[in-house]
Amino acid sequence: MSPSSNGAAVTPVTRQQCLDLYYYMRLNRAVEDQMMKLFRQNKIVGGLYSSLGQEAISVGTAYALEKRDWMAPMIRNIGALLVKGVKPRDIFTQHMAKYTSPTQGKDGTSHFGDLKNLHIVSPISMLGDLIPVMTGVAMAGRYLGQGIVTMTWIGDGGSSTGAFHEGLNLAATQRAPFVLILENNQWAYSTPVSRQVPVRDLAERGRAYGITSVTVDGNDAIAVFEASRAAVAQCRAGNGPVLIEAKTMRMKGHAQHDPAEYVPKAMREYWEARDPITRFEKYLDANKLWDAKAKQEIEARIAALVKEDLEFAENSPMPPAELAEQGVYCEGCHTIEAEWHRSKAEVTPPKSSIEAGWHVKDFGGIEAPLNSGNGASEPPAANTVQQYAGKAVHESVGRAVQKSSGRPVQQSSSPKKIAAVPERRPFGRGPKGKRGGGR
Amino acid sequence: MAPVTMLEAIRQAIFEEMDRDPAVVAIGEDIGVYGGAFKVTEGLLERYGNERVIETPISETAIVGAACGMSYLGLRPIVEMQFIDFIACCFNQVTNFVAKGHYLWGAPAPMVIRGPSGGGVHGGPFHSANPEMYFAHTPGLKIVYPSTPYDAKGLLKSAVRDNNPVLFFEHKFLYRRIKEELPAEEYTVPLGKAVTRREGRDITILSYAAMMHTSLEAAAELAKDGIEAEVIDLRTLMPLDKDAILASVKKTNKLLIVHEDTRTGGIAGEIASLVCENAFEDLDGPIARVTSLDTPVPYAPTLEEHFLPNVAKVAAAARELARY
Repeated sequence: MSPSSNGAAVTPVTRQQCLDLYYYMRLNRAVEDQMMKLFRQNKIVGGLYSSLGQEAISVGTAYALEKRDWMAPMIRNIGALLVKGVKPRDIFTQHMAKYTSPTQGKDGTSHFGDLKNLHIVSPISMLGDLIPVMTGVAMAGRYLGQGIVTMTWIGDGGSSTGAFHEGLNLAATQRAPFVLILENNQWAYSTPVSRQVPVRDLAERGRAYGITSVTVDGNDAIAVFEASRAAVAQCRAGNGPVLIEAKTMRMKGHAQHDPAEYVPKAMREYWEARDPITRFEKYLDANKLWDAKAKQEIEARIAALVKEDLEFAENSPMPPAELAEQGVYCEGCHTIEAEWHRSKAEVTPPKSSIEAGWHVKDFGGIEAPLNSGNGASEPPAANTVQQYAGKAVHESVGRAVQKSSGRPVQQSSSPKKIAAVPERRPFGRGPKGKRGGGR
Repeated sequence: MAPVTMLEAIRQAIFEEMDRDPAVVAIGEDIGVYGGAFKVTEGLLERYGNERVIETPISETAIVGAACGMSYLGLRPIVEMQFIDFIACCFNQVTNFVAKGHYLWGAPAPMVIRGPSGGGVHGGPFHSANPEMYFAHTPGLKIVYPSTPYDAKGLLKSAVRDNNPVLFFEHKFLYRRIKEELPAEEYTVPLGKAVTRREGRDITILSYAAMMHTSLEAAAELAKDGIEAEVIDLRTLMPLDKDAILASVKKTNKLLIVHEDTRTGGIAGEIASLVCENAFEDLDGPIARVTSLDTPVPYAPTLEEHFLPNVAKVAAAARELARY
């Protein structure tokens, strides 16, 4: 069940963790059930996008994050928002365009974030853009010594965008502490995944960028959580990024307006029999992790919370019209200050100064073993943040290779350093007095 | 202090800001070992190391996206577009992600996207663009386009310290053609403030970047005919210094706008509307404009020279306007 891709011993999932996972999955579904009612009552201003059947992914992945970690949800990741600490009222008011919503009515759905407290970055509707953004958050977190991991989600459909590929490649070259959850829910709006991507497992896309990539049963909350926990640990240890493909099924249309009649009946039935919440209840029963009383308590807790937050949302006002004019620029309303968890001296001259020059592994030659890496400079060899901090990216030791018979050959058993790159002479038109007078 | 080029002034601004604040980092293609296509970042990697000078794959969307993510943690990334033309590759990331974050969910993105722009160097249709108006049309971005070394340095320093995303256009024709002595002491130039480059009473010429110099040359020509043109350098297109524009129009009563950007949808049209809305009765003639043609930037010198505004075109338009 658990991939434990980094070979680490797997810690068992505790009873409390199981009950938490169940609670958040149920809360996720209860919040969305309630929003469906609001939609039918015409109280949702825009669209409503269901995550029915995908709750185990939102919850199981986000549950692997710590408070200090950062995430950026996609539109169906209501469960991830709840796990990270967002209240149902925020989700209700957001959809109802209320003044009390996190965006004060300026945007809807899950398009909101919280930089200061919950560490959530808001998505936009264009798919894939969060991947480079969360890569950047991960790089900044490492730079500041915060030891954070970042996570975002993408669908099977979104995995064909340019931003997905540019972002994942940048994350890979940077070895960013970044976990990408690829929710393969079989449908990009009305187009099946087989018509979008000519590979069976979308985790292949991560492997193509040289990063750890696993496929899990996205309707198995424990499997999702264990894979995510391993991925987060691997990233925190400096060996990111990691891609997790979670196979699942979008059980509703693209949004409420879409009856999804293009979905084959047998396919729907196949996945209905694999509903993640029903499955997890059976798991809890079979392993005697709860009893009827525990279940009732969870249900009562959720019902009370949803009721209270629904009342709050329904009683909230719409935003005043003049608000439309405000907030295009930050005009002193935010104080921007990086949170340093390491000494600034480490990234300030003279300590930050290095000798600039490339050391090209194997010189890119064809004799080199074909699977010996990307042939370019080593990306940051970061086992820990500290180690990364003190290490020059541009330093890596080349390997001598024997030349014989034109076939790929074994590496020499006695690697030797290639000669130091001679000091680069400035381009003729460059500024005078570089590295000295001019500066 | 010896006079320095605009390129060196920009370089100094980057070094000084990175010295001042370790939250300032640089990210872009070939900006480290090579020092950038135009050598603006030469020496940066040696001084600040590879954690602060981040060389990337050729992925403009990933670069801008990552810089935006960094800014959410309080860093202040300076992004280099190798040529500003390539900003088209990350249009979505800039206009939908970076620009809208503060308005929608209160997420300021303090970052600068800078790069060489503009024509006149026979760079051809993909290395000569002036794409500033795509972005001036996007609420949430600030647009800076300096014309002198002093301004370039001072404005870039202000841009780095601004809490908003700033697009900083560096006209490559000016990189090494003009020199200026810079103050030894620290200084900044505020965003959103135009400056009067030449006082005059007969006609106002509004311009920015390379065309500011063309306009000044034209003004010198006009002076020989007794036409005293006031030349105003916008410096920042967004926010636009409306007060400075209107004050000069009220003084000279005639307005000529000169820009290297193509004609339709250029800032001249916007300024013409602004003046009509606010100073119509102060006008003694039609608002005139000299711009590039509504075509891509052509490659051959004969074609590009025909495409671009020049001193003769500006002077002719000004003389005609002065006759009203």
